[in-house]
Amino acid sequence: MKLTRRNLLILSSAGVAATAMGSLPAFASLTDDEIAKLTGGAELGEGAITITAPEIAENGNTVPIEVDAPGAVAITLFADGNPVPNVATFNFGPLAASRSASTRIRLASTQNVVAIAKMEDGSFQKASANVKVTIGGCGG
Amino acid sequence: MASGVKPRVKVPKSAAAGEAITIKTLISHKMESGQRKDDDGNVIPRSIINRFTAEFNGESVIDVTLEPAISTNPYFQFEATVPESGEFKFTWYDDDGSVYDTSKKIKVQ
Amino acid sequence: MTKKLWATFALISLGTSAAAQDSNSLSIDGEAMVTEIAAPSHMENVDTIYSGWRFRSVETQALEMDDFDNPAFVFVEQAEDLWDKVDGAAGKACSSCHEDVADFAGLRTQLPRVDDGELVTMENLINECRTERMEAEPWKWSKGNMTAMTALIGVQSRGMPMNVAIDGDAAPFWEKGKELYYTRVGQLDMACSNCHEDNYGMMIRADHLSQGQVNGFPTYRLKNAKLNSIHGRFKGCMKNIRATPFKEGGDEFKALELYLASRGQGLSVETPSVRN
Repeated sequence: MKLTRRNLLILSSAGVAATAMGSLPAFASLTDDEIAKLTGGAELGEGAITITAPEIAENGNTVPIEVDAPGAVAITLFADGNPVPNVATFNFGPLAASRSASTRIRLASTQNVVAIAKMEDGSFQKASANVKVTIGGCGG
Repeated sequence: MASGVKPRVKVPKSAAAGEAITIKTLISHKMESGQRKDDDGNVIPRSIINRFTAEFNGESVIDVTLEPAISTNPYFQFEATVPESGEFKFTWYDDDGSVYDTSKKIKVQ
Repeated sequence: MTKKLWATFALISLGTSAAAQDSNSLSIDGEAMVTEIAAPSHMENVDTIYSGWRFRSVETQALEMDDFDNPAFVFVEQAEDLWDKVDGAAGKACSSCHEDVADFAGLRTQLPRVDDGELVTMENLINECRTERMEAEPWKWSKGNMTAMTALIGVQSRGMPMNVAIDGDAAPFWEKGKELYYTRVGQLDMACSNCHEDNYGMMIRADHLSQGQVNGFPTYRLKNAKLNSIHGRFKGCMKNIRATPFKEGGDEFKALELYLASRGQGLSVETPSVRN
């Protein structure tokens, strides 16, 4: 791939140019649809789940994210500015010592990372974090 | 099979029964997202690790579904409880059908 | 450093606190690294030198502080396998001659150096072994096998101070490197010094300019999720200023590598480092 600015943007942003740099993520409604699919439209509680993410990511290719929801059976991560909002689902087994996990994710642009926890009683919890993704210095 | 795939895991060698231990895992993999194009403008097909599991003596610790938004060289950190001495088994499932696994023993005192 | 960074920060920043230096003290798996030291006497315009680690965000910094969290070690482990792998007509592996890679502790601090009148880098030494002793094909300068092996050999010197010779046989190469460092090139008409000496600590768009130290190479970059060679990084810089890059492994980049290594004298080898 030639190192044009456009290609660099594509490379460093997992596929989207910087069209979503404004406050409104371009793919936000896709995320809402995916969350509705997951929860069946159930109400989303807050407070029993936390998400830890950098306020500013130095590079959108590798953004550290941690989620923690005591009492969850599964946690699903979404990125509402990515072309495909789904990121990962953690299903906790009987030997999970906590309902927490960390990973590193790709963010195409500044956007919200949303975590939905499915709790043991069948209810759902939501938390989100806004992550600003910077474009590199010279060239990307 | 994707080339150069190599798993790494970090598990303590010993623990107390019922203690929460931290596990870290990393596997070298491009995680080609399916969103990129090559020089000729053709989409490079998606090729990712789509599932990761950690089990202890056959029982599940965590079972992860991965999408293309997981970074190159996928990394996970999580906690496990070990009721007795035994073996962790970590398995990564590739889009191309390849399965990579590695095991680590732990002693419970 | 904080004072200088913050004083200059406002000048060209985007008005955010992005990428401001977050931590001053680096220890890797408990071993302390020197990331700041008085500049060597040959540097006329800089008082203190800093590792590139100091210019990164707290999350990027954290990746280098634990060898498991550092993705570069995937490649170091690949090189451990390569070390024992027989290749070439002579039927030899690295380990056929070199019993233990740990014997190379200290080598990284002294490279590049002059051997028989020629300036050689670690890539040259590895390829000399491959072609002369193993009778194998040389590796390409910045390809995966080579950067993995330079990382494996380099990490044996981690924590040791950079200490290249710049006098005697090395002097003419060093002078050439210095000249290149200060020569403006490309459509943007910029020299290395314009960014990495005159403006380190400032923001270039959303990026925090470092001093361009080479003590952490090969370095794992988040940008391309792989190990990057020193010459590969030079090439990237030259493209960014719209110059035609010199050839990887060529005389110009080798001389520049020597000069840059000498601008980092006393900084700990951080190979393999993590940068953005």
